[in-house]
Order: sequence, then structure tokens, then C-alpha cells
Amino acid sequence: MEKKEPKVVVNHLTKKFGDLLVLDDLNFEVQEGEFLCIVGPTGCGKTTFLNSLTRLYEPTAGEILVNGIPVDPKKQDISYIFQEYSSFPWLTVEQNVRFGLEIKRVPKEEADASVEEMLDIVGLTKFRSYYPSQLSISMLQRVAIARAFATKPELLLMDEPYGQLDIDLRFKLEDELLKLWKKTGTTVLFITHNIEEAVYLSQNIMVLTNKPTSVKTVLHNPLPLPRDVMSQEFVDLRNQVTDLIKWW
Amino acid sequence: MSENKNVLIEFRHVDKEFDKPEEGMYKVVGDLNIQVRENEFLVLFGPGQCGKSTILNMIAGFEMPTAGEIICDGKAVDRPGPERGMVFQNTALFPWLTVMGNVEYGPKMQGVKKEERRRRAQKYIDLVGLQGFENSFPVKLSGGMQQRVGIARAYCNEPLVMLLDEPFGHLDAQTRYLMQDELTRIWQAEKRTVIFVTNNIEEAVYLADRILVLRNCPTGVKAEYEINLPRPRNYTDPEFLRLRREIDAVVDHTL
Repeated sequence: MEKKEPKVVVNHLTKKFGDLLVLDDLNFEVQEGEFLCIVGPTGCGKTTFLNSLTRLYEPTAGEILVNGIPVDPKKQDISYIFQEYSSFPWLTVEQNVRFGLEIKRVPKEEADASVEEMLDIVGLTKFRSYYPSQLSISMLQRVAIARAFATKPELLLMDEPYGQLDIDLRFKLEDELLKLWKKTGTTVLFITHNIEEAVYLSQNIMVLTNKPTSVKTVLHNPLPLPRDVMSQEFVDLRNQVTDLIKWW
Repeated sequence: MSENKNVLIEFRHVDKEFDKPEEGMYKVVGDLNIQVRENEFLVLFGPGQCGKSTILNMIAGFEMPTAGEIICDGKAVDRPGPERGMVFQNTALFPWLTVMGNVEYGPKMQGVKKEERRRRAQKYIDLVGLQGFENSFPVKLSGGMQQRVGIARAYCNEPLVMLLDEPFGHLDAQTRYLMQDELTRIWQAEKRTVIFVTNNIEEAVYLADRILVLRNCPTGVKAEYEINLPRPRNYTDPEFLRLRREIDAVVDHTL
């Protein structure tokens, strides 16, 4: 089989704030359609890492290539889901989901179809005319996910989106996320503190070190979907990743 | 936990209603009957908005039942008191006071002499692992450290019962594990009756002697579990994972 060009290539990515070295010479690749989870100890610089990938922060040194060209959110379709609930409060659920499509001037018919599909997958069709202030936290995250996937991004960055949810809801939203990922083939980079979540979602798990952050190792996750968090193989991998990070 | 332990707190047919503008009376707690044993670690577990915090607020004396009564140490609760210590999710520390100022606040209000209250505050600052930070202000501390101050402040009144309202809800998963270990250690060193509210089932199974699963409003006890796993507990132990799944399946999860 012909080797495909990686979706994302990161070469010598370094970020300093003044004298403080936060990201120290990161090098890695992400394949097209991959679901990569990124884990590391608390305060290790995971969010700085993601913000540098999108050039919300300008890297101090190194380069990030998407499809072989330097990353630029103006040229490439990159979506970002934040830990905080970032729905626009003055827009309804439907208008929120439609927002990116309008920015990208997607033809109305296509946009309509995309909005319907996304609302259906995340189960918010009934709530389409609600405003964010009328929704629960988990529903707000569903809006964010529907909005992110609606534009069919080639790269989706998620910064601990389910950190504040209880376990049952988390699994439900994770299952929805996996469904969307399989359907769209989007490349996903997912940051989390939660190791069980990383093992539940990922194809590969990138483990970061403490600050200054570098890549400690990348583990392949061979478990078939859907995963059983109580199975021995699952627990073994979870314990393996925990041992690589544990500081508490 | 043996059956002959003393009952410290008892809810007798407690109802709690709130007057919601436009909607009228809204019943949050309906005919709640629970007994809390001396020195047990009791976890109240239930879906968001089910009334868990209202139950704690009634024990604390911040809210009064609409009907029924709550007995603590033989007396009906009718106001807040130092024998019932509260730790809040948002920490609610006094930002203008140092760590020492926050921890000694309760005894100071009760008129405990400076030397005695400083000695006591230092004991609990040491217990929660904040020695060296006595003169720091809360804003300088991390979320986990702020919650340690909250725990020390509640302990410093030497209460009969510690009420913890989702104290680790804002912490990341790893810091949360650390604080769960720390709370277990502190509780084992200084046994108190603890009532701990959470909507995180992993945290509930890790900490509890006994879990009461609460139903949606008007809330009451839906199920009760004794957790007999030895401490320190292991999050990936098969029995732990089995209990986690079993108990979580009982809860009325909302969208």
C-alpha cells in the first residue's frame, strides 16, 4: 500500500513566554483521519500546545504543516472545541450550528442539509429554536460539536470538552463524537486529563512530559470499537498510560 | 460499618419547597428520611439539579425545611452552627484574608483566644499539607490548594460533621484524584462524620462508606449501597468498576 502523506507534520515546535520555555522541540505526525488523544500531567502545557497548532499563539520556533503547507486557519478548515461552553448566546441552537457554514459561504441548500444532519446526530432537533441560556451544560457541548462538524473540517481540535460532565453523560457524548468521526473521516486531536477517556476514544495516545513539554511517547490503541471500560485489555492500557503520567 | 453505631443526624419526613416566581411552589425534597451514623463517610450521589445541595444546606442551617425536622446530635437544626462545617464547591474563601486568617476565622468569631486559635489553625493547616503557605492569599493558590484551605477552615471549628458540596467539581481529573486521596487521609487521621455531595460516580465509590443515590426532584433516597472495599481503593480494580457501573445505572440521568 502506498504510504499516504501525513495530515499534520510538526517539526521542532517550540514556544516560549518570555524566558519561560513551555514547549520544547516537539516533533510528530498525525495521519489523515486519525483520532489522536493527547494526555499529560496537570499544567504540562497541553492547551498552549493546541493553541500553537492553530496559531492562536505564534510559535517561537519550528513549523506546523497541514497538508504539506504551513498551518493557517484562514486557508485550511480547522475547527476548535473549547473546554468552556462557547456557543454564541445571542443565536439559537440552529443559528449556532449554521454559523461556520455562513462564514464559509456554503450554498443555502447544502447548509440546510448539513444543519439538519448535525442536529439530528446530536439529538437537538427538538431544541433548534432554544437559546444557549435555556440549555444544560451537556446540551451546550452538543451544540459546539454540531457546529464544529457542520463545516466538515479537515482538522478538529478539542480541548478537554467533557471535563466537567458526569461519567454517564461523558460516555454518551463520546459515543456521539465517535459516530461523527467515523462518518466524516475528520482528523481529530483531543486533549484530556482523563486517561480513561483517552483510552475510550483514541487510535493513538500521545503522552506529554511535564513542562517544558515534549513528547514522552506515542502509544497505539488497538482495542476495537465500541470499547468496554471494564475489560482487562482496557484496564491494562489505562494503567499503562497512568503510570507514564502519574504525579498525584 | 456496624449497625450499633450512634446516629448523629436524622431527617424526619423532611419536605422542602421553594417559591418560584411565575411557577409557584416547587418541591425539591419530598418526605426525606435518612440517618447519618457517627464518623461514617456518607456520599449523596444523584443527577445535577436533583436537590443534593439543598439537603446539605438544610443540615448546615442555611435553609429550613418546609415540613419535618432535622435532628443533629439530639437537637433540631434551626440555624447555622460551628458543629456543622461546610466546604463549598467554589471554595468561598475570604480573598482579603491569608490562609491563616481564613482557617482561624471560625474560632475567632467564637471568641477563642489568639494563642489557642493559632495553635488549632496551625494543626489543621499542617493536616491539609499547607505548611509554608500560612501567609499566602487565596488568589496565589491553585484550585486544589484553595480547596485544602476550605477543608482546614471547616475542620478548625472542630465540627461534629463536615459537609462537602462537590468540593472537587472544578478540578481537573488528575488533581481530583490527588484531592480524593488527601481527603481520605485527612478523614482517617481526624475522624469526623462526613457528608459529601457529588455527581461523579467514580469519586463516590472511591470515597464512601455508604452511598445514597438520590432521585430527581422532589428528591428522596432511590437506593443505598454499603461500599466495603478496603482503602486505599483502586480505580481500576474489577470490583470497583463493577460497583461504579451498577450504581451509575440506578441514577435518573438527565440530558
